[in-house]
Amino acid sequence: MSDAIETTAEQVDEERRDFIHIAAVAATVGGAGMVAYPFIDQMNAAGDTKAASSLDVDISKVPLGGEIRVLIGGKPFFLRHRTPEEIAAAVNTDLSRMPDPQTDEERLMPLPDGTYNPAILVTSGACTHLGCVPVGPAQGSVGDYGGWYCPCHGSHYDTSGRIRKGPAPANLEIPTYEWVSNSVVKISL
Amino acid sequence: MSGHESTYEPKLGITKWLDDRLPIVRLAHDSFVDFPTPKNLNYWYTFGGILAVCLVIQIVTGVVLAMHYTASVEGAFGSVERIMRDVPFGWLIRNIHMVGASMFFLAVYVHMFRGLYYGSYKAPREVLWLLGCIIFLLMMATAFLGYMLPWGQMSLHGANVIINLFGAIPLVGESIQSWLMGGPSVGNQTLQRFFSLHYLLPFMIAGVVILHIWALHVPGNNNPTGIEVQEVEKDTIPFHPYYTVKDGFAIVVFLIIFAVFVFYAPNVLGHADNYVEANPLVTPTHIVPEWYLLPFYAILRAITFNIGPIDAKLLGVIFMFGSIAVLFALPWLDTSKVKSMRYRPVAKQFFFGFVIACLLLSWCGAENPDNPIIKMGDDKLVITYTDAAGLDGSRTFEDYAPAAQFRDETLASGGAASLGIQVAPAFRFLHLSQLMTLYYFAYFLLILPMLGLRERPKGEPDSIHHSILGNEAPAAAPAE
Repeated sequence: MSDAIETTAEQVDEERRDFIHIAAVAATVGGAGMVAYPFIDQMNAAGDTKAASSLDVDISKVPLGGEIRVLIGGKPFFLRHRTPEEIAAAVNTDLSRMPDPQTDEERLMPLPDGTYNPAILVTSGACTHLGCVPVGPAQGSVGDYGGWYCPCHGSHYDTSGRIRKGPAPANLEIPTYEWVSNSVVKISL
Repeated sequence: MSGHESTYEPKLGITKWLDDRLPIVRLAHDSFVDFPTPKNLNYWYTFGGILAVCLVIQIVTGVVLAMHYTASVEGAFGSVERIMRDVPFGWLIRNIHMVGASMFFLAVYVHMFRGLYYGSYKAPREVLWLLGCIIFLLMMATAFLGYMLPWGQMSLHGANVIINLFGAIPLVGESIQSWLMGGPSVGNQTLQRFFSLHYLLPFMIAGVVILHIWALHVPGNNNPTGIEVQEVEKDTIPFHPYYTVKDGFAIVVFLIIFAVFVFYAPNVLGHADNYVEANPLVTPTHIVPEWYLLPFYAILRAITFNIGPIDAKLLGVIFMFGSIAVLFALPWLDTSKVKSMRYRPVAKQFFFGFVIACLLLSWCGAENPDNPIIKMGDDKLVITYTDAAGLDGSRTFEDYAPAAQFRDETLASGGAASLGIQVAPAFRFLHLSQLMTLYYFAYFLLILPMLGLRERPKGEPDSIHHSILGNEAPAAAPAE
C-alpha cells in the first residue's frame, strides 16, 4: 500500500491534473449555466402573451372632455378627448417649471396625413411613480392641473399627462401607437 | 450545548437497533430533553417555540387551502369565496391561515426585539442571528406572495407597487420587472408563479429553521444576563421538563390570543379592499401593505429627495432594502463587549427609542404622507384673479363667504378669478417618517458602534447563578 502511494506521488503530473481540474470545473459551470438558462427564461413573457400586445381603438366614441380606458396585455391606457380649454392649458404652459419638460406636440403622434389632432391624447395609464392607475374626469378628480391625479402617493398630471406635482419622476408615458385612420389608433406595447 | 455528553440510553431492543443505524431519537433527546439550558430564561425566550408552532400552523392550513384554491385570474377570487362559504370548515381554515400570518409576524418581531435587547446576535451567535435574518426575509417574501393569491384589489395593486420598485434599478430594472411578472403587467402568469413560490418558500423556511436551531445548540442559549454558561451544574437546567413546560404555557396563552382573532375579528388586521375582486383599471385610493410591512413601506416613502445622481425613487428602494440589510451587519456594528442591555444603562434608552421609532414608522406607513400630524395655522382660501383692468393678483381669505363674494364681484366686473386652497404649513407624516428613518439607521450605524466604545456598563453579575442568588451568596461548592 505505502509503496503504491509513493509511486503515484512521484508520477503525478501537476500540470495535467490542474488542466483536468480546470476543465472539469469549467464544464460543470458551463453545464449549470445551460441548465439554468431555460429555467430562468421560462419566467419571461410567453409567446401568446407577447402576441396579444396591440389593440385598435375607435376614438370617435370618446365624449368631449372625457376619456376611455383600455387594457392591453393587462396594462392600462388612457385615450382622452380634450376640450379646447384643456388643449390651450396644455400648450400655454411654462415648460421651465416642469420636472420633466416636454411640449404638448411632442406628446402627440401625426395622423395619416401628417397633421396633428390635439383633441385626442393617448397616454399610458400607469403612474410613473409606482405604477398605480391615476384617476381622471370619470372618477371625479383631475388633480390640481386638470389632467389626472394619482391617489396612491399624490402625483398631479396636467392635461397633457405631464407630471406637475408629487413624487412621480416622469410624465405619463406615451405608448407606441399610430393613427390607422382619422378615427382609429393602433396602440402597441 | 454541543459537546455535552449524551445521556440517552436506549432501553428497548428496537430503540437500540435504531440507535446504531440512525440515532435520531438520541438527537431529539439531546436537543430537546436533556439539553442544558440557562436557568434564568424569562418569557421573552418562549417566542422561538411559539414561532415553530406558527410555522406548522401555516404549513398545515396552507396545504389544505391549496386543495381548494384555483390559481387563475378568473378563478382565484371565486375559489377563495367558495372556501369561505361552501367548503366544510373552509372559513375556519382560511381565517387561521390569514390571522396566522399576522401572528407569525407579531411573534417574530418580539423574538427579534428580544435578540436586540439581550445582545443575542453577538459572538459566538452571529451565524444564529444571520440565519434568523434569512428566515425573516423569507417570511416577508412568503407573506407578500401569499397576499397576492386571493386576487383582490389590494392583492393586485400591492403586488404592482412592489414589483414596480424593481423598475427603479438602473439599466436592468425594466427587464427584471417584466421577468418577474412574466408579461407586460401583473396577470394570470404572475398569479400562477406567485402561487408556486408561495407553496415552496415555507419549506425553505423550515429548512433554515433547522439550521437556526442547530446554530443555537452549538453555543447554547443566550440568557437575560448575556453572560455565558460557566458551570453547567449551577447555571443550567435540562430543557425538559423545565422549558417544555414554560414554552408550552406561553404557546397556550399565545394560541388563546390567536383564537380571539380567528373567531371574533378575523378581518381586523386586513383591508376591506381585498374583498373587491382585482381590477387593473381602478387603483384603490389608499394602497397599504399588511401591518407587518408598514415600517418598511414608511421608509420607502420617506425618501422624497434626490442625492446626487440617485433619484428619490431608487433611493427609497435602497433605503428600504438597506433597513433589512443593516440587520445582517449588526453583529459587527455593535462594538460593546457587554451583551445584555440590562447592564448597558445608556444603550437601553436608545433601544427603547428604537422600539418607539419602529412603532411610529408603522403608524406613518399606514397614513397618507401628506396628512398633517400637527397643524400650524389654518388652511386659507386663495382667489387668483385678473381684474377688469387686466391686472393679475391674488388675495387670501379665512372663510368661504367673503372669498366667494370677492370672486363673484371680480367675475361680474368682467375679470377672471379662480378659487384655490393654500394649505397651512404642518408637521406631516412625511416629516415624522423621515425623522424616524433617520433614527432607525442612526441606531445601527452610529449609536451602537460609538456607544460600545464609550459606555460604562454597570452591575454585571459574575455568573448566571450569581444573577439569581446574588454575588454575595455563599458558594455551595468551592469554585473549580
